[in-house]
Amino acid sequence: MRLNNLLAQGKTAIVKKWFVSAIDTYPSDTAKFLKRQKDPFANPVGRTIYRGLEALFDQLLEDMDDEAITSFLDPIIRIRAIQNFSPSQATSFIFFLKDVIREHTQKEVSEARLFNELLLFESKIDRLSLIAFNLYMQCREKIYELKANEMKNRTFRAFERAGLVSEIPADTPDLVNINICKEASNDT
Amino acid sequence: MSELPKPDELFSKIDHRPAPKGWMDTPVDIRRGIACYASNPKSVEYVGLPYPRQWSCFDEDWQLPENWKEIISKGFRERLDRFRSIKVFMDICVRCGACADKCHFFIGSGDPKNMPVLRAELLRSVYRNDFTTAGKIIGSIGKTFKKIIGARELDLQVLKEWWYYLFQCSECRRCSVFCPYGIDTAEITIMGRELLNLIGLNIDWIATPAANCYRTGNHLGIQPHAYKDMMDFFADDIEEITGVKVEPSFNKKGADILFITPSGDVFADPGTFTCMGYMMLFHYLKEKYGFDITWSTYASEGGNFGFFTSHEMMKRLNAKMYAEAKRLGVKWILGGECGHMWRVIHQYMDTMNGPADFLEDPVSPITGTKFENAKSTKMVHITEFTADLIKHDKLDLDTSRNDHLKVTYHDSCNTARGMGLLEEPRYVIKNVCNNFYEMPANTIREQTFCCGSGSGLNAGENMELRMQGGLPRANAVKYVHEKHGVNMLSCICAIDRAALPASMEYWVPEVDVTGVHELVANALILPGEGKRTTDLRSEPLPGMEDDDAE
Ligand code: SF4
Ligand code: SF4
Repeated sequence: MRLNNLLAQGKTAIVKKWFVSAIDTYPSDTAKFLKRQKDPFANPVGRTIYRGLEALFDQLLEDMDDEAITSFLDPIIRIRAIQNFSPSQATSFIFFLKDVIREHTQKEVSEARLFNELLLFESKIDRLSLIAFNLYMQCREKIYELKANEMKNRTFRAFERAGLVSEIPADTPDLVNINICKEASNDT
Repeated sequence: MSELPKPDELFSKIDHRPAPKGWMDTPVDIRRGIACYASNPKSVEYVGLPYPRQWSCFDEDWQLPENWKEIISKGFRERLDRFRSIKVFMDICVRCGACADKCHFFIGSGDPKNMPVLRAELLRSVYRNDFTTAGKIIGSIGKTFKKIIGARELDLQVLKEWWYYLFQCSECRRCSVFCPYGIDTAEITIMGRELLNLIGLNIDWIATPAANCYRTGNHLGIQPHAYKDMMDFFADDIEEITGVKVEPSFNKKGADILFITPSGDVFADPGTFTCMGYMMLFHYLKEKYGFDITWSTYASEGGNFGFFTSHEMMKRLNAKMYAEAKRLGVKWILGGECGHMWRVIHQYMDTMNGPADFLEDPVSPITGTKFENAKSTKMVHITEFTADLIKHDKLDLDTSRNDHLKVTYHDSCNTARGMGLLEEPRYVIKNVCNNFYEMPANTIREQTFCCGSGSGLNAGENMELRMQGGLPRANAVKYVHEKHGVNMLSCICAIDRAALPASMEYWVPEVDVTGVHELVANALILPGEGKRTTDLRSEPLPGMEDDDAE
């Protein structure tokens, strides 16, 4: 796996470029801040993305453990799923890695004919994107769930516990057929 | 290799990189999930605010009164004359950018117009145009020059932008801590929202609680009998957990002290457990020291959504506190765990509705401590009161009953930055819990991050906004959760207790939310109580299971 060695050697530069291209999906004033501020509490978005990408790149170089990938991808997707992005914008950053890698390895790939290895690596990136898609949907579903249930959970539950909500009784009421025609009489 | 299309090119149809544009050239895009629903006209009408109507911020036409520009312009002028602070804030910003990255909404959303400096520029640009000499002279030359001095005319787009971004500010004042000139963007938001209300633009999550509060005394519109029913139910619960029957007093004339707390404590989980905490504390103090306190079903709301509407509305809703204290003839007022309630009390109440010369300077009847800081308002915060009790060793506490909790503390913006209440809640928590861990220094105390839903933004439809604004706080909670195993986030604010559970559920689902007096009551040993096998949430206490069950 010569390509892998090449990528492992270039890790710092590649992750940095990947990070920059992911951050450039934000408006330029925001991107400046996200790149510059290194304190993880002052800049949770920038630092979460950086740390996540770094760990994900390690996974790509290794065996791709789905559980580990999910744990590194989740914090990034969780953030981007509630920011002002469309679904494709939110997850696009994963594909940017292809660009970064092609650029980084262009010479060696052509000279040493590493196309197969490159294709293999790129399909690993595709797998990341599928996991990202699942996570994105989970996050959105959570948001809808919160929207639908919050009031009910907090306020209704308190009233219900206190027995202040009149419940639907177990026995159904007796029904009487009524004829609504003008001339009908409903005396029983 | 070169014949392969670049992945980037495949994406060319999907625009994922924003075009670099100046903020003034970026038109406002009102998004669902960020914006809140417009106010119900009935609520607007009920409190006598102008231009009640059915409208939606997602429609093109906002059904504005024809002369809306005139109304805003006149309102702006009046407020510049009335509030010296606003005039100064409009003039002195040097656009140094120190505040720019300090707002949780900017940090979490990445939207540059959520930088405090730009939020203020939204109004300031119109101020420059309409109210400064430079704006008037240069403005007459042309639009390009205007832009150079950062001035622009108020038009419909600008108005929509105001509305969108003034309801993405929780008036938390974090930005002001970092401004070398002390410019408080929260005050600019407050003024801006006041202007919007002049033409009937408010959000329903503010307008309806304000109207309810005006009518029944609390945000949810709960009537006195239901208020009492709810507390009776808490009393039953307490009896089940402790074996002790507590009997809170209501509307009692001649009581020593009146207690006022946000209605969220009485009607919404997990505030309800904090409410049980107050009830147990008061019962304990009554049994041991003859403490005489009463609840009011009329002043049944500590919170004040008038504060998010206009100065006049705030004053009007606040007035019931003193009115009720006078009617009942108490000596002073004790206030529950709330955030913005305390900003109103601390910064405005005395000027607006005081002087409360019919009340006495607050003195703890148990310890004799004189609350000097509360001399002008006659109103004491319950964590000050309880901290003083603990300091004088007046409470019997079994702290091990909180051992299943690893607790951290979220400073509410209003109590921390708005009134400097930093030590007392911590002192109380540390004395009733054995496991307490602080979040990182740049996320607590004066630098605390907002819960993300303050100042009336705690609606459901803007959940994405709330998650954006809540991210910096949640991120710090996540850190202490991972590092120390923290599983409980404590706070002394009813909006926090309503908003943080959703934020935690999304960002750090392993962490729950509690008020401080829930923790106090878990530890408090009531006279004559039985062995406790559960905490106030009726969840089993590890190691204290029922003997019979063993
Ligand atoms: S007051 Fe708070 S929410 Fe408003 S701009 Fe400043 S930091 Fe942001
Ligand atoms: S820190 Fe103060 S002076 Fe500097 S840009 Fe912000 S508001 Fe203006």
